[in-house]
Amino acid sequence: MPPPTAKKLGLVIDLDTCVGCHACAVACKEWNDGGDFGPLPDADPYGAHPDGVWFNRVHSYAVEQDTPGGKRELTVHFPRSCLHCETPACVTVCPTGASYKRAEDGIVLVDEDKCIGCQLCAWACPYGAREFSEERGTMQKCTLCVDRIYNETLDPADRQPACVAACPTRARHFGDLGNPESPISKLVAERDGYALMPEFGYQPVNRYLPPRPRRDGCEGAPMPPDEKLDRDQLPGVLRWLDRALSR
Amino acid sequence: MRPTFSIILFTVLSGIGYGLWFLAGLGLAAYWPVCRTPSPPSGAGIPLRFCGYPPGVLFALITGFVLVSAGLLSSVGHLGQPQRAWRALSQWRSSWLSREGVASIATYAPATALIAILSLSIWQWMHPLGAALAVGSVATVFCTGQIYASLKPIRAWHNAYTVAGYLLLGLYGGALVFWAMATLPWAGFAREHTACLAALIALAALCAVFKILYWRYIDRLPPADAGRATGLDAQGSVRSFEQPHTEENYLTREMGFVLARKHASKLRAITLLCAFVLPALLAAMVLLIPATWAVAWLALAFGLSGIFIERWLFFAEARHAVSGYYGR
Repeated sequence: MPPPTAKKLGLVIDLDTCVGCHACAVACKEWNDGGDFGPLPDADPYGAHPDGVWFNRVHSYAVEQDTPGGKRELTVHFPRSCLHCETPACVTVCPTGASYKRAEDGIVLVDEDKCIGCQLCAWACPYGAREFSEERGTMQKCTLCVDRIYNETLDPADRQPACVAACPTRARHFGDLGNPESPISKLVAERDGYALMPEFGYQPVNRYLPPRPRRDGCEGAPMPPDEKLDRDQLPGVLRWLDRALSR
Repeated sequence: MRPTFSIILFTVLSGIGYGLWFLAGLGLAAYWPVCRTPSPPSGAGIPLRFCGYPPGVLFALITGFVLVSAGLLSSVGHLGQPQRAWRALSQWRSSWLSREGVASIATYAPATALIAILSLSIWQWMHPLGAALAVGSVATVFCTGQIYASLKPIRAWHNAYTVAGYLLLGLYGGALVFWAMATLPWAGFAREHTACLAALIALAALCAVFKILYWRYIDRLPPADAGRATGLDAQGSVRSFEQPHTEENYLTREMGFVLARKHASKLRAITLLCAFVLPALLAAMVLLIPATWAVAWLALAFGLSGIFIERWLFFAEARHAVSGYYGR
């Protein structure tokens, strides 16, 4: 483990604008399958039960809220990937030193040539950031596209993680969270960005921006009640139509 | 958590092996050699004093060697890249798994030295080597327990019960093996049988009470939930309605094991019966009525299978914080 790093590269994910399209997950899988830390081989890739490592997985949650106008359900799509913690347990539990945190920018990486595949780091991570590759026999995880962000053969505009570049709603932001003046640090301050499960004390670098409060006009619009229909009162044709459509 | 067979085999076999080594090491450090002054034959001058080690000690050390080695090999078999296992010895400054590896290899030194000395009947350095073996065995099992106790996301493990449980059950399993070996006719452990059996019964009772307290403790832990995991609990009550993928993945297989919690009460009762109650009853029976060697071996068979179920439950019942994201 390096001493605390000044530069803390990480992601900020806007749960307000994420539409759950999985483009980030797909772009990540595609880049990292061919990147420096790849491949990301799958078992049974074209079969009935494909199975393999994804660095990024997008969950979908319904959040039920009590509002003055009644109950309301909010849909929140939630991309989950490595948070590049400041004090990552996955690094300290590693018996081989394959799991490490970079001193220069705080990125947490796995040295695939040293990893013995004991999977203890996956157990130590409360965020599910690490997955074991049955095909490679080693642990794999988000690299924050370290092979893109410093890649001088790429156009400067492309020197950002593949997930950030792919996001169609700009719900993903990349930058230095150690510098309070950086644009993404300001974004976090402005939108009250939060860290996931801080109670574990691993000090995640990535931040999530909570969904914005809904505008007043929509606030508490009650869900339409179920309408009742007495089929027996209908004329024959409509009764048949209702029965046919109810199937 | 998914109860992986190789890890259960590792913790059970090596735990019992170190328990056996601990008992043998303690005996060699503090009790043996047993010296006897037989009454001199009539007419003889000076009474001769015989000191000796029962042959069973050597057998216990070798059995411990086999159990520990089988357990450690099983743990290597769990690895994705077993040929790189030697690398696991490098990070002893931060990793309990690495410390466990270093301690286990260090403990082989007094164990192999004692096996060599006893088989060659040299009988030197027995007390310090026995003490080193006992200390090394405790240190290794302590590290094994710490591997699991240090994992904060698994609250059923991140507590004081884990290390104590590994030490207690390793000692208990070792004691069961010791008892079974003491019944072998040529082992030469016959004396103090009563006190040893009483200690074994007390240890079984202690382990049973300990496990009941542990289960009461983990039953009170709150389940992982999606609201805490996502931090969206500040917004309202959170329910997962769609998983990231239609297929199961590594995380759901490794950390979303539900079966054991569903049948927890039955499996716990089987554990208590097999691991502790039946062996203790058999030991009590031997105390009251003379019995054959088969009773001790039956107790060992029950005890071993019970400890296996106990360890299976230790893994299978534990919840990981990640399961909150998946709403399980």
